[in-house]
Amino acid sequence: MFDIDKWAEIYITIRKNMLRTFLTAFSVAWGIFMLIILLGAGKGLQNGFANNFNDDAVNSIWVSSGQTSIPYEGLQSGKYIHFTNDDYDALNGSIEEADHMTSRFNRYNQVATYKSESSTFSIRAVHPDHKYLEKSLVTQGRFINDIDVSQARKVAAIGELVKEALFKDEDPMGKFISISGVSFKVIGVYKDEGQEGEMNYIYLPVSAAQQAYNGQNRVNQIMFTVGDANEEESAAIVEEVRQQMASRHNFSPADQRAIYIRSTIENYMNIMNVLLMIEIFIWIIGVMTIIAGVVGVSNIMLILVKERTKEIGIRKALGATPFSIISLIVMEAIVITSVAGYFGLVAGILLIESLSSLFTEGWFQNPEVNMTTALVALLVLVVAGAAAGFFPARKAAAIQPIVALRDE
Amino acid sequence: MIKLSNINKSYKIGSNSLHVLKDISTEIEEGELVSIMGSSGSGKSTMLNIIGLLDSFDSGTYHLDNVLMSNLSETKAAFYRNKYIGFVFQSFNLINFKNAMENVALPLYYQKVSRKKRNKIALEYLEKVGLREWADHLPSELSGGQKQRVAIARALISQPKIILADEPTGALDSTTSIEVMDLLKSVNDLGITVVIVTHEKDIAEATNRMIYLKDGKIANMEKA
Repeated sequence: MFDIDKWAEIYITIRKNMLRTFLTAFSVAWGIFMLIILLGAGKGLQNGFANNFNDDAVNSIWVSSGQTSIPYEGLQSGKYIHFTNDDYDALNGSIEEADHMTSRFNRYNQVATYKSESSTFSIRAVHPDHKYLEKSLVTQGRFINDIDVSQARKVAAIGELVKEALFKDEDPMGKFISISGVSFKVIGVYKDEGQEGEMNYIYLPVSAAQQAYNGQNRVNQIMFTVGDANEEESAAIVEEVRQQMASRHNFSPADQRAIYIRSTIENYMNIMNVLLMIEIFIWIIGVMTIIAGVVGVSNIMLILVKERTKEIGIRKALGATPFSIISLIVMEAIVITSVAGYFGLVAGILLIESLSSLFTEGWFQNPEVNMTTALVALLVLVVAGAAAGFFPARKAAAIQPIVALRDE
Repeated sequence: MIKLSNINKSYKIGSNSLHVLKDISTEIEEGELVSIMGSSGSGKSTMLNIIGLLDSFDSGTYHLDNVLMSNLSETKAAFYRNKYIGFVFQSFNLINFKNAMENVALPLYYQKVSRKKRNKIALEYLEKVGLREWADHLPSELSGGQKQRVAIARALISQPKIILADEPTGALDSTTSIEVMDLLKSVNDLGITVVIVTHEKDIAEATNRMIYLKDGKIANMEKA
C-alpha cells in the first residue's frame, strides 16, 4: 500500500493514458457535481417552503370563548362564556399532551407612546409559552418570563415594527413606553418569520395587563401546542377540552358554539406532508444520481480492465502475481475516483454557495449542501469504482496468462 | 533443466475437445539451444507455453530445474516465471505506453528492485542489444527488429535460466531474422538454455537440436 514504486507505476499508467483517465474522472466528477447541485436545490426548495409556512408549522389547539346555542340545565341559550385564569390553570394541569400552554388577554388598538412618537398597536397579554405558538424569535433582550407573570411586572416585549415606529434608531432596551396611559418597560424585541403583521404587536405579562386594563381575571383565549399528535389524538384532546369547559361553565357538551376550538392539525399535517414529499424527492434524486454514477464508473472500469487484458497477460508472463495486478488496477481506480470526486464536490459546493447568496427569500432560498451526505456519496462512488475494478481484475488475473496474451 | 513426462493437453472448443499434446515426454538440458518445429496446429506453441507456465496441462509431470511444477497457484507460477524464464514472443508483447527502458525494466519491478536501480540495469541491457539510444522511445516508434531486441533485453534482465521464444522471427524480414537469431545464439553462449518454437526450417537449423512435433506427438529428436 505504501510502496512508492507502486504509486509511481500507477502515476505512469494514469499519465500515459490521459484520455481514459479523463473519461473516468469526468464521469465521477460529474456524478458528484450533479448530486451536490440537486441536493442543494432540493434543500433550497425545502427551506423556501418551510420558511413561508413557518408561522403555521406548529401543531396546536386554540380555544376561544363564544355564546351558548343550546339551552342547558335550566339556562337559556345565548349565554356568553368568559374564560378566566382558573380555566387556564385547569387546562394546564389536566391536558397531558400539551407541551406549551398560554392564555391570551387581548386589547386592540391601544395608543403606545415613547417620547414624542406615538402610534396604535394591539396588545397581547400572554404567558411565556406564547412565543412557541406564534414562533416569536427574540432578537434583543428576552421574551416575557414566568417571574414577570407571577409578579405582574410592567414589562413589554415589542415587535420589530413597533420598535421601528416608536424608537427609530434608538435602543429600546430598558426604556419605558406608555400604553394607554400605563407605563411599561421594554425588556425585549422579537421578530416573526411568518407574516409581517405579526411583528406589530406588543406582548405584556397576562397578569400585569389584567391589572392595568381592568381585566380582572379574564382571558380571551387559551392555546397550547400538542407536539406531533396525529389527527385522532388531536381530536381526542379537542373533545377533552370541550368536556372540561362544559362542566366548568355549565353548558351542553354538544354545544359547538359555546366555545370555539380550532386545531391546526390539518394545516400542520399538510405542511409536514409537503416537507416530507420534498425530502423523499431529494432522496430519490440523490439515490438515482448515485446509481447512475455507480453504473457509469462500473462500466468504465469494466472496459478499462478488458482493454488491459493483454497488458495483464504480459505482466503475468514477466512475473506479476495476481495480487500485484489486482492492487494496481484497484488502486488506480481509487485514485482516479477520489481525486475526481473531490473536484466534483468542490465545484458543486462552490456553485451552491454562490447561488445561496442570490436566493435569500421566496420559494427557493438558501440552497445548502449536507456535507455528510456528499461525503457518503463520494465514498459510495469510490467503493463502487474499486469494486468495479476489483472483480474483472481478479478474473483477468486468474485466467491463464496465455489466454490474456491472446486477447486483442 | 526441463523434463516433460507424458504431458497431455486438450482444448475444449464448444462441445468438442481438441487433443493438442499427446503423451509428450522429452528432456532439455541446461545450456542447450533447442528448436521445436512443426506445422501450424502441431501443438508446438502449446508445448512452449506449458514449459513457460503460461498454460496448464491435463496430465503428466513437468519438472523445471528438478522442481515439480504441478498444481501451482498463480502466485507461485508468477514467482517461477519471474525467476527462471524469459519470454520472447512473435508479436513482441511490449507494453505500448511504456518506453523501451521501462519495458525492459518491468521484470525487475516484480522483483522489488528500486526504480532507479532497475532503470540503470535496463539501460545496460539495452546497450547489449544495441539500442541504448532508443531507451526513451515508445514501442510504436521502433521497427519490428528493434522491438524484438527490446523484448530480448527484457527477457534477459531477470537473468533467467531459460529463454523461451515463440516464433521470434515470425514477424520479421530475413535480414533482421538473422540478427535476432544471432542475438539468441549469443545468449545461449552465456550458458542460458534457449528454446525456440518455429515453423521455418532455416531458423530451426540454426539451433543445436530440433524437436519435431506432428499432430501433438514428437516425431523425431535427431540432431540437425
